[in-house]
Amino acid sequence: MGRAQTAGTGLAVGMRTGTYTDAGRKRRSGLDRLGAVLVVIAAAGLVFQPFSLVRPNRIVAAKPVALLSALPPLEAGLVLAVVIAACAVLLFRTGPALRLGVSVLTLAVLAMAIGRAGVYLTPTANSYARVAPGGAFWMMAFAFSIVLADASARLRLTPLSRLGLLALIAGAVGLLLYSGAWDSLSILREYANRADVFWREARVHLLLAVGSLAAAALVGIPLGILCFRVRPLRAALLNSLNILQTIPSMALFGLLIAPLAWVGAHVPGASAIGIAGIGVAPAFVALFAYSLLPMVSNTVAGLESVPPQARDAARGMGMTARQRFFEVDMPLAFPVVLTGIRIVLVQNLGLAVLAGLIGGGGFGTFVFQGISQTATDLVLLGALPTVALAFAAAIVLDALVEIANPTPARSPEA
Amino acid sequence: MSVSFLLRLALLVLLLTFLANPQAFEPVFAPFAANGAPAIYTQSSLVALTLSHLAMVAAATLAATIVSVGFAILVTRPSGREFLPLSRSIANIGQTFPPVAVLALAVPVFGFGPIPTLIALFLYGLLPVFENALTGLTSIPASVQEAARGVGMTGGQRLVGVELPLALPIILAGIRLTAVISLGTATIGSTVAARTLGEVIIAGLTSNNTAFVLQGGLIVAMLALFIHEGFALLETALSRRTGGAQPA
Repeated sequence: MGRAQTAGTGLAVGMRTGTYTDAGRKRRSGLDRLGAVLVVIAAAGLVFQPFSLVRPNRIVAAKPVALLSALPPLEAGLVLAVVIAACAVLLFRTGPALRLGVSVLTLAVLAMAIGRAGVYLTPTANSYARVAPGGAFWMMAFAFSIVLADASARLRLTPLSRLGLLALIAGAVGLLLYSGAWDSLSILREYANRADVFWREARVHLLLAVGSLAAAALVGIPLGILCFRVRPLRAALLNSLNILQTIPSMALFGLLIAPLAWVGAHVPGASAIGIAGIGVAPAFVALFAYSLLPMVSNTVAGLESVPPQARDAARGMGMTARQRFFEVDMPLAFPVVLTGIRIVLVQNLGLAVLAGLIGGGGFGTFVFQGISQTATDLVLLGALPTVALAFAAAIVLDALVEIANPTPARSPEA
Repeated sequence: MSVSFLLRLALLVLLLTFLANPQAFEPVFAPFAANGAPAIYTQSSLVALTLSHLAMVAAATLAATIVSVGFAILVTRPSGREFLPLSRSIANIGQTFPPVAVLALAVPVFGFGPIPTLIALFLYGLLPVFENALTGLTSIPASVQEAARGVGMTGGQRLVGVELPLALPIILAGIRLTAVISLGTATIGSTVAARTLGEVIIAGLTSNNTAFVLQGGLIVAMLALFIHEGFALLETALSRRTGGAQPA
């Protein structure tokens, strides 16, 4: 129970609670403490870490290359100037809109520079050499992403403008990928070698995460409604789902192999729809099992949060039980149910990686292949899309929760 | 109450007997081991794996607790308020990173072994403790704060003598959540050669031996159950003593 509620506070809370700060932040100009910390991180990266890593082939040790030698002199100077100017803006107390603009611009410049460095550092006609982003790139990207997060939290962006910002960033990344500006980077080299497989596994990953969510919603929401109505059932069901949740995910994936193999072999028609011990079926069932608790407990919590006065008023207006349920209870409980869907989707997108361990496919295939071959780029090819998907799902659903629930029940000042 | 207490006691005795003498349970697991494969995992001692698993979870939970409670204290002081929204965003963003991805990304930097697992568990444990510590520290009634100020307590005295004790049950609930989640997540660490009970599960997965998967999974699930119960007892005892604040 507690887990569902705590996890449910979501990203939106972080972005929504900007109110505290502006009171604490003094209006006079001076040094910005957060900015100073981030500038130190970015500067340390730039000075002590390589901008790019060059490997003669995909698994040998990398040769570090600093920013100034990773790009043609003119471009390197330009990137350095942009970073220094951006740091200067961050160091002093400046408005959040300016900081947002500066961080987006700097991230864009860094994104293009890392692609250019790939082209510049790859020896001509050498298909084995790998150029990867180095520590300096990651640390600067981290620092400016934090500025971006902080500035958008301070601007108290509406849900729609947060979605817009996400779409803008996704569009820019898509454009960079489509234009081929990053093609010489090692991750995309790995991708180019297995583009077909990548999209197949991406489909499997989404099918696992979203399909099991849909199944869990179809079963879990009615179960939650039942639990809300039948009190004795509530404790029993929530407790057993809680125990199910304590089984480690890897073990649950494994434990389902044998029973599903039996079902696939003995139930007529089961193997025809893909039920077998190894593969997608056990992964799907395991994800479904983990999704049930947040769905049921959030449905119960949502229905419990409906004020009794609303029910009384509806009864007083002469609404039938069915009308009260569909026109009062469900709409008022909906934001909490949606929070449950958010928790499940983010959790499933991450857990689906484990399907790679039992031959279930998904991005986990690349992660575990990469781990066993100690090929970092292959690991990244599986891990980065997973992280990006989970992150985007969290932002989108947090925005939807906020749209569905315009007056947050839990205000931080209370 | 007493029935469920006896049930738990029996479970605990069962778990300890199994860890002490796993071979005695061979007949129980034998039906799950196909084709004459061994029914009990013997490559390493289950006790040693359990202890190493628990040590890893304890270390990561302790580190996550110290860091998150420290940050929660910092951002609820008047001088640190400007960091509050950001620290919340970062803790939330950390939670959207899948633990397997964190593990996989930490391996190239820190190599195989326990370190990537500890990092993943630590990062994953931050949010629940941080959220609960914030709730605890910000939900102290204004009248209590006023009274503490009125008797002449300084900021530091109020923190140690009033705010932290009142927030403790809620903070403990966060630590419990973190410990239980870490216990399950730590099994994944064995994919990058950390010594946890995940080793037993992976051995079962790779050799198609359900008996191994079952015993590894059951030990972890039972440990999670006991840790959950232990913390819950501690929380009720504490909130009874401080008289009020209900754990989240």
